[in-house]
Amino acid sequence: MIPSIPQPKSFRGLYGAYVLLFFVYLIAPLVVVGVFAFNDSMFPSLPWGGFTLDWFFNDTEPRLGLFHDGRLLDSIWTSFYIACWVTILSVSVGTSNAFLFERKTFPLKNVLYMLMLLPLVVPGVILGISILVFSSTIANWLDVNFGVDIGFLRPSKFLVILGQFSFITTITTLIIAARLRKFDTQLEEAAQSLGASKLVAIRTVTIPYLKPAIVGSAIVAFLMSFENFNTTLMLVGSDQPLTIAMYGRLREGSTPELNALSLLLMAVSGTLALLSVFVQRDKE
Amino acid sequence: MTRLDENNNEIDLECRDLRRTFGNFVAVDNVSFGVPKGDFFSILGPSGCGKTTILRMMAGFLEPTSGDIIIKGKSMLNVPPNKRPVNMVFQHLALFPMMSVAENIAYGLVRQGMNKSDTATKVKSALERIGLPGSGDKSIKQLSGGQQQRIAIARCLVLEPAALLLDEPLGALDLKLREHMKVELKKMQNQFGTTFIYITHDQSEALVMSNHVAVMNEGRFEQIGTPQELYYHPDTSFVAGFVGDSNRWHGKVDAIDGSVIRVSTSDGISLLSVPAGGEKLVVGDEVDIFVRPESIIIAHDEARAQEMDNRLSGNVVSVLFNGANSRALVRESKTGGELDVALPQTGEFSGLSAGQQVFLGWGKQQSKAFASVNSPTNKGHGG
Amino acid sequence: MNTQTASRLGLILLLAPLLVWLTALLILPHVDMLLISLRERVAPQVYERSFANYTEFFIEPLYWRTFARTAIMSISATAITLLIAFPVSYYIAKMLRGRSKSFLFLLCLVPFWVSELVRTFGWMILLRESGVVSNVLQWAGLVDGPVEMLYNDAAIMVGLVYTSMLFMVVPLVSILDSLDDSLVEAGYDLGGNGFTVMRTIIIPHAMPGIVSGCIVVFMLTLGNYLTPILLGGKSSMWFTAQIYTQFITRFNWELGAAFGFLLLALSTIIVWTGLKLSRQTLSETMG
Repeated sequence: MIPSIPQPKSFRGLYGAYVLLFFVYLIAPLVVVGVFAFNDSMFPSLPWGGFTLDWFFNDTEPRLGLFHDGRLLDSIWTSFYIACWVTILSVSVGTSNAFLFERKTFPLKNVLYMLMLLPLVVPGVILGISILVFSSTIANWLDVNFGVDIGFLRPSKFLVILGQFSFITTITTLIIAARLRKFDTQLEEAAQSLGASKLVAIRTVTIPYLKPAIVGSAIVAFLMSFENFNTTLMLVGSDQPLTIAMYGRLREGSTPELNALSLLLMAVSGTLALLSVFVQRDKE
Repeated sequence: MTRLDENNNEIDLECRDLRRTFGNFVAVDNVSFGVPKGDFFSILGPSGCGKTTILRMMAGFLEPTSGDIIIKGKSMLNVPPNKRPVNMVFQHLALFPMMSVAENIAYGLVRQGMNKSDTATKVKSALERIGLPGSGDKSIKQLSGGQQQRIAIARCLVLEPAALLLDEPLGALDLKLREHMKVELKKMQNQFGTTFIYITHDQSEALVMSNHVAVMNEGRFEQIGTPQELYYHPDTSFVAGFVGDSNRWHGKVDAIDGSVIRVSTSDGISLLSVPAGGEKLVVGDEVDIFVRPESIIIAHDEARAQEMDNRLSGNVVSVLFNGANSRALVRESKTGGELDVALPQTGEFSGLSAGQQVFLGWGKQQSKAFASVNSPTNKGHGG
Repeated sequence: MNTQTASRLGLILLLAPLLVWLTALLILPHVDMLLISLRERVAPQVYERSFANYTEFFIEPLYWRTFARTAIMSISATAITLLIAFPVSYYIAKMLRGRSKSFLFLLCLVPFWVSELVRTFGWMILLRESGVVSNVLQWAGLVDGPVEMLYNDAAIMVGLVYTSMLFMVVPLVSILDSLDDSLVEAGYDLGGNGFTVMRTIIIPHAMPGIVSGCIVVFMLTLGNYLTPILLGGKSSMWFTAQIYTQFITRFNWELGAAFGFLLLALSTIIVWTGLKLSRQTLSETMG
């Protein structure tokens, strides 16, 4: 069943058709979401009402376009704010973790490595509630014992950032560690031999080598944060990130404005995806 | 406190009683040596003999357990690698893949805080000196193995180090390029006049390039000398066996007559030899005898070998034809032991074939006897 | 500063963020959640240690039925994903070469880069009563009136399989890619046919990839929330939704925490069983 082994033509045709069908299945939902963003109708469904850009640019109700919908734009901003923090935190800690696990030996290393992988196997909803429970415990304790109420320990942007950070860091650690593993430590020694101190050697040689992985993991972290729903749902406060706002709209019944928004999201994440593929491959 | 060697050359780099252990394992065992300025000094030894450990201690990547390293009259103990006036060329070169050729060469200069225009000038002239002018903007991957080699050396030499430490840099190259780079390295060393400290397990690299070679085994230096001294006057049986090819016998001293000893070998022949290595031999001592393949005269008729001190006859097992370096493997008729014999380049033996009877002979001066240390190996053919 | 103290200091500096992260965001929250699941409110602000929350789960049929249903649906979704993904992965890894191969592989990754919400929204547009599929069927004359295809188990399954596909295809393609073609050729050369070569050479080779794909897909499905709710509607009966209800709607954190632990236990047991059966370890599969 490889090209060098002859197969009946009918088999090949059927196999090809199956794979084609698979890709139709893969692409169909994305295509319809995109297409209905331009439907001149109140609903993102058939019949096709003609082509319009209202769902992007119209500025009056009931056909409020995406770029004039203050509530949605606010939630995009909230998501952006959260994603930036999550990216900075998870890439920094991920880089530190990568150096720790690839370069150092210390007691309980294997146990800590297993713990570090844990967020991959814990469902996002549970990560969310556990952090919700713990932060409330702390907040209640502070309230009872000191009479202070720390707002950000209640569901808030801060908790969302912590919740997303708690599992995205595992991903960034794995990406950066994989690259660091391929690094030849002789390069660092060479830098030292040429007059660089250990830290300067890491800054001028190791970090530039890791750059594709750092940039790649930052893109992944940003997108995962921006698109996260499960963990965020449990920790969200009054500022709704985009996914939560969109979810609310979807349940209310949607207008093609959501399609416009989805199309925008697809365009942005598609660009970032291409960028990350490009970054990771170019410097290899 | 400048020290001089026996020829009044300034000693640039010196190791005193250098010792390094890893747990119970003694990697380097009280090694002392000095390298005069401008020397091409090689440390030759089998893998695991401790030569890399010495080099890494000089470079500063390992601290000695005891002893001292003195470079330009200053002790290097507790001096980090980046503060030492030596630079290292790594086995796999360790060129920075994310930097251009020019950035690689400039790396050390930038670390010294040299300004941009001076750096650029130095890089440019370095590229010209190594015969790669205008390659500064290329990426490392665009260069051939030999060119990368030159960049790795130039990157160090622009810093004008007291010595360049080279860790088997030819090991990763293919055979043909390696032969070429040997000559090239020697030329670069002459051109820049920098002290080279070169470690290798390949004796031909050491012999071809070096002014001085230290042969190292199990953490100790067996002998330091010029390549000629090592080849013609080995001090120990290890050196005799490791440098160049030798036929080797193990035996007991039968009789001593002035400077000549008679040895009966364990496979039952009697050989005249001279003692080597400085130990005083007495009758009954166990010895190892080494005879170079090219010291053995080969003849079709017995008469030619007649006047030699040691005579054997045998049959050719196989001819190992390799142009000027052709050899014959001969099975000695009495003992069945095999000997490696170099074929003269006169063409006289071009028709030699397996099975033919030949007569062998060599002078007593060519057979060197060393007191056996602890090597009861009885090989007819060593090297 | 000598090298040894420097290296110790480095170790401490690198260890600190890891320990803070693991302790404050993983270990302590889960311990706290465990403690809360093990208490019962006997009066306002008064709690007692008890297993009441866990007993309630077994007494109330709605809870354990939802739980069992979630487990069975997740296992089925994993199996279906594997069945659909394997031939496709094999096609990409072994039947294609060069550019078309990397293009199709990248195409498989596309849904991952799109938010789950957008993907699910796409399926809603396709499957709902006024949706694309319904209209196509009517236009083709296969049905008389609009058909509602949302809000049933099949719709949930379609969505779950869709969402999981990438996590199955990537490990499968990479493991099948690592299979040397000559092994397959040798299999045929020694008298095997398509079926025996598949059973004795290809599948054993692909086993680590199959296991890691299945584990990831299973866990993602089990912990999924959006897809069952949006595509299954009221009939979804998904366990994560039950957790959400207890926490956010009913504010019964004790019961919600207990549910959380039951879900964790379930996923641990099934993943552990899967690893044992296939003789793999977690760090091999994940790392």
